[in-house]
This record gives sequence, C-alpha cells and structure tokens, in this order.
Amino acid sequence: MSSRISPSGKLRVGVLQFPGSNCDADCVDTLKRHFEINAVRVWHQEASLPGLDAIIIPGGFSFGDYLRSGALAAHAPIMRDVKQFASRGGSVLGICNGFQILVESQMLPGALLHNTSLSFVCKTVHLREANGTVLKMPIAHGEGRYWIDERGLAEMEDSGLIAYQYSNPLGSISLDFNPNGSVANIAGVMSHNKKILGMMPHPERATDVVMGGSDDGLTVWRSFLGRI
Amino acid sequence: MDFEVLVQLKGEVLDPEGRAIEETLRAQGIDDVAGVFVAKRYVVSFAKDTKNPDKLIQEIAASYLANPVSQTFKVKRLES
Repeated sequence: MSSRISPSGKLRVGVLQFPGSNCDADCVDTLKRHFEINAVRVWHQEASLPGLDAIIIPGGFSFGDYLRSGALAAHAPIMRDVKQFASRGGSVLGICNGFQILVESQMLPGALLHNTSLSFVCKTVHLREANGTVLKMPIAHGEGRYWIDERGLAEMEDSGLIAYQYSNPLGSISLDFNPNGSVANIAGVMSHNKKILGMMPHPERATDVVMGGSDDGLTVWRSFLGRI
Repeated sequence: MDFEVLVQLKGEVLDPEGRAIEETLRAQGIDDVAGVFVAKRYVVSFAKDTKNPDKLIQEIAASYLANPVSQTFKVKRLES
C-alpha cells in the first residue's frame, strides 16, 4: 500500500459528504472496523482536501438528485480538488451516487441513465469480477443504467476497464440478470490507471454476513485499498 | 431576458419514458404514432445588464443542463 501513512500509522481515507449523502457512515464504519483505516469525513464546502491516501464518494441523493443524479455535486468546488488528487494518481472510489458523480465529472467514461424499467430497483444481485469471481451485494438506485457508445464500449473492453458485470450466481451474464438495462450488464468501471473505480452496487452494505447475508463487499474494498 | 433550453437523450440512447408513452398511444389505437421522445425544458433568466448572454447560455447548457455524453440540447431566446 501507500508509503504515505497518517500520523496514527494508518492509511488516511476521506469520505466526501454532500447534502443528501446517506451512505457515508457505512463507508466510515467499513474502513475503520474491517481495515483499521483512519477514515475522515470531508464536507463538500471544505476549502481544500486534507492530506489523504484515498477518497470515497459515497451513495445517497446529493443535492436531491436535481438536474441529473450526481450532476450538481460534480460541479461542487471540492470536486476540483478530487480531480487534481486523481490526476496525481490518487485512488478514488465512487459508490452508487458517487459513481454518478464520477461520470458526471467525466472522471470515468459513459453516463448513468434512468433504469429501463423506470422503477427504483432495490435488491440483492450478483456481480462477476473481471477475474471471474462472483460477488453478492445489494443495489438501490433509479438511475443506474450504464450507457456508453459502441466505440467507447469496445475501448473499455480492450483496455480491461469493466470492473463488474451483473450476472447470475454462477457468473453467467445475460439480459435476464441485468437489473437496470446497463449496456453489457456493466455494474462498475475503472479508469485507465485502475485508480478510479465507480460502481452502482453497494460493497459497504455487504460487509457482515449477519447484516444482509453477504460479506462479499469486503472483497471489493480489499481490492480497491490494495491498489492505493 | 429569458432563454429556453430543451435537453433530450441522443437518438441512439434508449428513452424508456418515451417508449412507454409511444406503446401506450399505439395500444389506444393511435397507430400513426411513429415515436415519442421526452425532452426537459429549462427557462433561464438573465439580469438585464448581462454581457454576451447568447454565449453564456450556450456554456450553461453545454456544461450543466445537458450531459454531452448522452444528451443533446437546443437553445432558443424567448421573446419578452
């Protein structure tokens, strides 16, 4: 992991908070309890980012999801610092609304649109990682239909930027297991340097078997934190 | 002065709301409907002394009101 360690000897990870963020506490809990990471909340009006090893943009309904989900938060002043942090090779994870903010900021390719069903979908799904591993965790979104044009999709496939795809429990990918109409069943994507990850499913809600029946979210966190 | 900005999904992007309306109209027996596409209308008012409002509204539409990845937009100055 990073050679830049916080004074406490732990990694220091910032969890952004916008008006309407509602998954920030779960992210902080996961980082502290499962990874002993010094997780700090960063309010969106902070003049600048504190010294951090990684940034989490949590789920929720930033700015009421007005205009488009994530569109207003993408223009918040703190996002300028997030972009600079990422341009220096910093690690950023956007979950659900955080993923929407990352695509609206054009820090990740594509767009996230209203689900094909036009319904808010809240259920447990299976995801296939690029390495074939199948994970189980919840989704909860109304605008999670990942879209990118054919050329962009081909580039992502060639560069290995598709991190997670909706699948069945055995890892089979088809429209039957696509909860929102995403192109190619895409649930999560990465930047070219693999340091920025955006995903609609909630790994912070699948960290303890007694709470939802799966701790597969820890695999996502372990993988992300391992790339810092 | 006021400007109208119409934002809608690009032609190649599925518009499920438009599709649902289209299918409902056909189900009602209105067979002449060839397509329905939903657009969102914004009205932006500028202060009287705004410099270069035509340029400013283009910037607002392109940077905020529309997502260039998936949407297109049209700007029209409204008569006062």
